[in-house]
Order: sequence, then structure tokens, then C-alpha cells
Amino acid sequence: MTTALKPKHQRLVLVVLALVVLIGAALLAIWGLRGQASYFYVPSDLVASPPETGKAVRLGGMVQEGSIKTLPDGVTVTFDVGDGKVTVPVRYTGITPDLFVEGSGVVADGRLAADGVFVADTLLAKHDENYMPRELQDMTDAQAKAVVAETE
Amino acid sequence: MHGFANPARFLRLARWLTPILLVSGLLLAGGALAYGLLFAPADRLMGDTVRILYIHVPSAWLGMGGWTTIAIASFVELVWRHPLATIAARAAAVPGAVFTAICLATGSIWGRPTWGTWWVWDGRLTSMLVLLFLYFGYLALANAAQKDGVGGGSRVTAIFGLVGAINVPVINRSVVWWNSLHQPASITMGKSAIDPAFLWPLLIAMLGFSLLFGGVVLARMRAILANFQAESRLRRRAMASDAMAGVAL
Repeated sequence: MTTALKPKHQRLVLVVLALVVLIGAALLAIWGLRGQASYFYVPSDLVASPPETGKAVRLGGMVQEGSIKTLPDGVTVTFDVGDGKVTVPVRYTGITPDLFVEGSGVVADGRLAADGVFVADTLLAKHDENYMPRELQDMTDAQAKAVVAETE
Repeated sequence: MHGFANPARFLRLARWLTPILLVSGLLLAGGALAYGLLFAPADRLMGDTVRILYIHVPSAWLGMGGWTTIAIASFVELVWRHPLATIAARAAAVPGAVFTAICLATGSIWGRPTWGTWWVWDGRLTSMLVLLFLYFGYLALANAAQKDGVGGGSRVTAIFGLVGAINVPVINRSVVWWNSLHQPASITMGKSAIDPAFLWPLLIAMLGFSLLFGGVVLARMRAILANFQAESRLRRRAMASDAMAGVAL
């Protein structure tokens, strides 16, 4: 090379190289965080490698349809949390959040009891990415489309 | 590109663009917010809590957009040494930080009734809080660099702006890479899980907030430029009077 690069082109090459290295480092860090930075375990994780009995873990998944039962004391509920592959029975005593319904997501802090039931201390409802007005929730897709078409 | 690097041409353009952006942004954002807060339907599960969406989502968008602006401007500053790029990056920092703070506050208020908690340390919430701290660090660095004049300090600020940009895609992907309490994106390329009744006011609010953001950044750039001019004029006057005094002696 006989022609030297202009200073601004040198800087361009330098900054782009630095960015490539930086992005590489970030990807490595994120790769290392895989699994570590997750907020909760899904039931499959819990079944595949069960934590020690009494160790605090966080379980997240979908509340299975028809599984919510209120015990005779009125404040304890039992339900199954599943991720489409396996389900884990959960017991919780306390007031459940408004969004805690069958078929919706839930995140429970607690521990695995000796009988295999997950005992939750706190219950958080997980909202999914769907937003829908009240008026449309009980309609079929076709009805909803008709209503939307009328209002437009 | 080089045409816009000329401050005089930039000022001519900004003079009429700033009020247009500010007024149209205020009208669109105000209209969409009024509709969203008063007339849009309630959600099937969340009820009226869903209305906070119209402030939360545009704020989150601009909190990340603010840092993207800083990163692009920092890149241009480092490679081409455009003084206007330095000013653009400085001007975007405060509005970006304000929108990030609004996003965190409204998200927390929404989280209490919806999830049952004000705050959790999941991937999305934590990375957004990191963004706010990055803004604070950037503002402190930019302030320090300004005190010792343009030069090395300014370059350090630009490098920080570029390195911090790594966090923006992390925020965006956090709900995909890790299990999180925050729901995944509702609006993805050409598809929306948000009912049209919520979606339209939301999109208009986002457009309005963005125009407003652009207007504020331009206004701040003009203010910073005017400050520079006033300072250099004062310096020239001081030097001239010194020279006069020298002659008189």
C-alpha cells in the first residue's frame, strides 16, 4: 500500500473494528447469562432437575384449565402450573391477583415440599401480549370482526 | 450529509422545523392521550389499568430512541468530527432520560394492579433501569467534558455513548432471551396482538411523542449553539478590550 488512508477513514475503520469487538464481547456475556438471568423456572426445568426440598425457587407457567380449587378454609388455593409438556401442582395461601385466572400465566415464589407440591409464598400474575376490549371477549372471531367492521 | 454539518444551514432549517415538530407533536400526542384515557374501551382482564399503555409504550420507545440518537451521533462525532453531532448527542440525553424515567414509573404503577407487585428484577425491568443509570452517567460525563472544553473529554463521552448502545438491543430482546415477568412484544413486524381499538390511539400517541421528542432535541440544539455563539462573542470582546488596554498603557 503506497497511498495512506485519510485520517477520517482510519477513524472509521478503527471505530467499526472496536464496535465489532464490543458486540462480540456483549454476545459472549449474554451467552454466559443464558439460563442464569431468567426470572423463573418453567415446570420442565423443575421436573428435569428438581431443586432440594425447601430451597427457594421461582416457578412460572400457565395455570391449567379446570385446575383451580379453593380449599375449605377459603384462602388456600391449589392449581396446576404447566408449560405444555409437564405440570406441577401448586398450593398458595393468600389473596390472589386480579389477573390470576385459568389459562393465564403465573409466577410463584416458593419451595418444593416433600410431597412434590410446590408451596408458593407470593403469587404474581403474568400478563400476556394480548390486549382485547371487554365487549369482544365472549365473541367468536367472526362476530368480533363484524363488530369492528361496523364501528369503522 | 456534509450539507447538514454546516451550523448556519442547520440553524436555518431548525428555525422553522422546531415549531412544526413541537406543535404537531403536541396535537397528536394530546389527542391520542385524551382519546386513550377517556374514550378507549377497557381491557377484558386489566380494566381501566390498560390506559397507562398510551403513556408507557411511547415513553419506553423514546427512552431507547434517545440512546439510539446518542449512539449514532457519537459514531458520527468519532469518525467525521462534526461539531453538530456532538451537540445532537448532548441534546438528546436529557429528553431520553426523562422518557426512560416516565416509562419506569408508569410501568411500576401498572405492575401493582396487574402483576401484584411494584417491581421485580426480571430481564426487561432491570435492563431498562440500567438504561436510566447509563443516561445519568452520560449526563455527568458530558457536563465534565464541557467544563474542560471540547477535545479529549468530549471524545470520552462519545465512546461512552457508543458502548452504552449495547444495552438497547438487550432491552428489546430481554423478553425473548430470558423468562421474564414482563410480557413479550405485542407489536411485531406487521402483526399485532393488541386489538385495533387500543392499537390506533397507541400508534398515534407514539408518533406524537416522537415528533415532540424531535422538536425538543432541535430546540435544545439551537439553545446549545446560541450559548456557544454568545460565549465566543464575549471572549472576543474581552480580548479586544484587553488589547485596547494594552495600547493605552
